[in-house]
Amino acid sequence: MDVDLIFKIAAIGIVTAVLSRILYQSGKDEFAVITGIAGTAIVLMMLVGMIAKLFDTVKTMFQL
Amino acid sequence: MDIMKIVGIGIIATMLAVILREEKPEIALQVSIVTGLIIFIFVISKLNSVIEVLKYFASKTNIDLMYFTIILKVIAIAYITEFGAQVCKDAGEGSIASKIEFGGKVLIMIMAIPILAALMDVITKLMV
Repeated sequence: MDVDLIFKIAAIGIVTAVLSRILYQSGKDEFAVITGIAGTAIVLMMLVGMIAKLFDTVKTMFQL
Repeated sequence: MDIMKIVGIGIIATMLAVILREEKPEIALQVSIVTGLIIFIFVISKLNSVIEVLKYFASKTNIDLMYFTIILKVIAIAYITEFGAQVCKDAGEGSIASKIEFGGKVLIMIMAIPILAALMDVITKLMV
């Protein structure tokens, strides 16, 4: 029950959103887009580990 | 109780996803995926004892263990197919979700072929 992962991802999301908003205001639109993509990529890396864990659990559980 | 844990996590994650939805919809989707994963892993680990009991009953009533493993595999495929299809539906990708479900059905059908063959054998034996 690693619940803290949800909060970690939400925190990254909020930080990315705020950062891209700031960058938009200061006129650097392309950096804002890059920050958005970077935030999503970081979260995706954490997510892939969890998905692999789920598939392993199901595989061992059901002898798939 | 466990159900309170699940509901609590679900509600908190929904709040976070709603906060993120209008600014960063992709990360909101990832929050919902992670929540689904956590609850799935939590529930699956409890399923172990049920499977052991079912296996014990199957071995006691001298049913061929092959059928029982096929049933387990079909349940696993259904579980994962439903998970993937639901995530795609949340993201608004209805067509991808239906393709995943179609793939899951085909795989389950392939899994069930031996059972169908055994059924046909029984029927032909009865007919003769």
